Amino acid sequence: MSETRNRYDVLIVGAGVVGNAVARELSRYRLDVGVLEKELDVGMGTSARNSGVLHSGIHYRPGSLRAQLNVQGNEMMQDLCRDLKVKIRYIGKLTVAQDEADLETLRRLKEQGEANGVPGLEILDAAEMQKKQPGVGGIAALWSPTTGIICPYGLTIALAENAAANGVNFLLGREVTGISRNHGGFRVRTAGGERFEAAILVNAAGLFSDRICRMVGVDDYRIYPCRGEYLILDKRLEGSLSVLVYPAPRKGGAGLGIHLTNTVDGNILIGPSNEYVEGPEETDCTPEILARLKREGHELLPGISAADFIRSFSGLRAKQVPPEVGGFKDFVVERRDDVPGFINLVGIESPGLTSSPAIAVMVRELVSELTPLREKAGFVPERPGLAGFFFERSPEEKADLVAQDPDYGEIVCRCEQITRREVLDAIQNPLGVRTLAAVKYRSRAMMGRCQGGFCLPRIVQILEREFGYRPEDVLLFSPDSWMFRGRVREGSAAHA
Amino acid sequence: MLETRRDLVVIGGGPAGLAAAVEARRSGCRDVLLIERDRILGGILNQCIHDGFGLHRFGETLTGPEYAQRYIDEFEALNLEAMTGTIVLSMDHRRNLYVSSRSGFARIEAGAVVLAMGCRERTAGAIGIPGTRPAGVYTAGAAQNLINLQNVMVGSRVVVLGSGDIGLIMARRMTLEGARVEGVFELLPYPSGLPRNIQQCLEDYGIPLHLSTTVTRIHGRDRVSGVSVAEVDESRTPVPGTERRVPCDTLLLSVGLIPENELSAGAGVRMAPRTSGALVDEHGLTSTPGVFSCGNVLHVHDLVDHVSEEASRAGACAVRYLDGEVGPAAASVSVEPGRGVGYVLPQRVGGREDFTLSLRVAEPSRDRAVWVRDGDRKVARKKLVRLHPAEMVQMKVKAERIRDAKRLEVVVE
Repeated sequence: MSETRNRYDVLIVGAGVVGNAVARELSRYRLDVGVLEKELDVGMGTSARNSGVLHSGIHYRPGSLRAQLNVQGNEMMQDLCRDLKVKIRYIGKLTVAQDEADLETLRRLKEQGEANGVPGLEILDAAEMQKKQPGVGGIAALWSPTTGIICPYGLTIALAENAAANGVNFLLGREVTGISRNHGGFRVRTAGGERFEAAILVNAAGLFSDRICRMVGVDDYRIYPCRGEYLILDKRLEGSLSVLVYPAPRKGGAGLGIHLTNTVDGNILIGPSNEYVEGPEETDCTPEILARLKREGHELLPGISAADFIRSFSGLRAKQVPPEVGGFKDFVVERRDDVPGFINLVGIESPGLTSSPAIAVMVRELVSELTPLREKAGFVPERPGLAGFFFERSPEEKADLVAQDPDYGEIVCRCEQITRREVLDAIQNPLGVRTLAAVKYRSRAMMGRCQGGFCLPRIVQILEREFGYRPEDVLLFSPDSWMFRGRVREGSAAHA
Repeated sequence: MLETRRDLVVIGGGPAGLAAAVEARRSGCRDVLLIERDRILGGILNQCIHDGFGLHRFGETLTGPEYAQRYIDEFEALNLEAMTGTIVLSMDHRRNLYVSSRSGFARIEAGAVVLAMGCRERTAGAIGIPGTRPAGVYTAGAAQNLINLQNVMVGSRVVVLGSGDIGLIMARRMTLEGARVEGVFELLPYPSGLPRNIQQCLEDYGIPLHLSTTVTRIHGRDRVSGVSVAEVDESRTPVPGTERRVPCDTLLLSVGLIPENELSAGAGVRMAPRTSGALVDEHGLTSTPGVFSCGNVLHVHDLVDHVSEEASRAGACAVRYLDGEVGPAAASVSVEPGRGVGYVLPQRVGGREDFTLSLRVAEPSRDRAVWVRDGDRKVARKKLVRLHPAEMVQMKVKAERIRDAKRLEVVVE
């Protein structure tokens, strides 16, 4: 990582998918850009805790920012993911009608989608629907071919790594605690007592965006975190689902309902639920929802067994509407005239992941209204390295890789078949993040059915031997998330 | 890519794989290859540094590494070949194996295969404990590896959920290393581990065992700061008003073991829901021709001595398969668990040879007998003073007793 500077042209608060997309977009220009993030890694909030669905844009009111940015972002994502080597699959989605009233809803959604510029929408009859996904019950479905799935944390990390390669400074583990304005800019204080200055400040703080607003004197917004809990299913069930299937939205239903979502890595998710919570960090899982998700899972996929549930997690939607009001408010993407230099992104809940590249372009336009943008000669849009994982390759390709580099031949994580090379690369990540969660999100080691039971000891061994870690230095994800007390016995070596 | 053909490939170099390979060589197979993903042989026994292994097999009590070494010595004396640091990535129903190691990626075509991959632990994710997801939640076996092999201490104030044997062993181990173990909490009204471990690991160290009690929530954002525990009723639902918070920095889970059969599934091996292992006959032969299964990948054992015995049988039978003596049984007799029996295997037998049944009872009881019935006719019986799901029961059945039988039922009476 480059050295820590304190003065920037642009400071972005929040290294989620939106902040990182903005950082990467701005890294095309001759600007000093820094990203302040309170966690030790990028994408530790909502960006890693969602369904990973690339939405088509049928659900939003024509003319709204959500509709416009969703459709634009969806279009941009294919090239972006190719350049950044992020997994994406446009698998399409069926929104299923059970009765005439639902069918009417589908016709309305199709019309709305077309007004938004969503390509390829079709109403399918039951037989055509069954061809897309055998076993789906219903009278008709709206088919949206541009709906896809994407690795959400993969995209968030890739955007950051590419931005960093193009000169952006990622200032991780720095929680913003105060912002003051000085002549022509902002002075930002962090919890660690550091000070950073910038002419332009971009608020991409997601669940904390209302707090950042208040720090600069903008009191118009409030975020109401709304939790969605999920269960992750074993890869054994990969292939049970070839397209996404959602029920037609009905009046009074919040969110898009509990459903199955396949992930680009072969797991299936059950969820998300929909409950408002008090705080922006309440990513607990609750007994009531876990039980309900299991029940619904058994109904949606009759072949599953108790051993197929491998993990639960929850994420929070940064809603701008309190529970008693409900419904959706449009994204806020604005340049504040009352706070010169402040670019404000608020309420970027779903479809924020899909919209992120389009939001970045919009922010770039807003930045250009504040300062002239000149393109940088050496901008590199691609991320180096191999696309995808060793386990996804053909036997011939695997043989070649192992012949070139023996570290590909040694499997560290047996469940996901992740190699020592992939684990080493993840530990030596370009952002310099040294947590176990960073290794997990980058390599997929510890993400399988044994949840690190077998590979955690081996990864700890690699950290100690190859990187000089002491046991007490190993962190799960945050400064206080220590994994070990220290050695059992001083002065004796670990097992060979 | 290197491509080879071998007569017999044993997958896994733990107690099951070692015993299978040794017995196969003794039965006359010249070409046996054992594949082990770790760098050394012995499997999970290497981290089991406590004693109590080998009482049945060797008539003395050994530590895990000592028990493994007996077989490794024999393996080496017989000049058997092991590929260590090598993992089988996939296998198809024609016994083509793709294997990977630092020295290369290869395809091996095997005449017969013995599956001996062992099992893995159920995780916090699998049982879905509500609450946060902080550092400090470990499966007991992972903690055992970290402490005994990696020399790292996982925590200092410990709650153990589940009274499986590894959890009991680790409660004692953590205590010996200076940690404070607040208690072992078991959802069921009886312990899941062996009685001798309850005595030697908990009672001897004053560690409380709370039956019909479970962890209902994990607390702490960064590191575990405590857990909530509550008593449960007959339907295993927490009883309101009994919830209390136990401060701790570590939660160890010993909530069950799952045979690791992902490779077997790729080879089309049919599974038994009750054991999560392969459906086998009395030779250990699965539904895929030439593929045998034994040890903890077949069903989870409580004693390694039984693993060795079962694996020896499978190794010998794999050689008989290569010699054309053992094949898919034409006329099969099904063996099914009846009243009071959790599971029984083999699930089908040919009926022409004597065989051994392995079974677990469904719940604890005293002074009962396990019966094998062919309709109303009783063909075998074993009397037991103490019956417990934690203790596997083995009993022999004579071929002459089951002539013309179609379906055998095993019951506790």
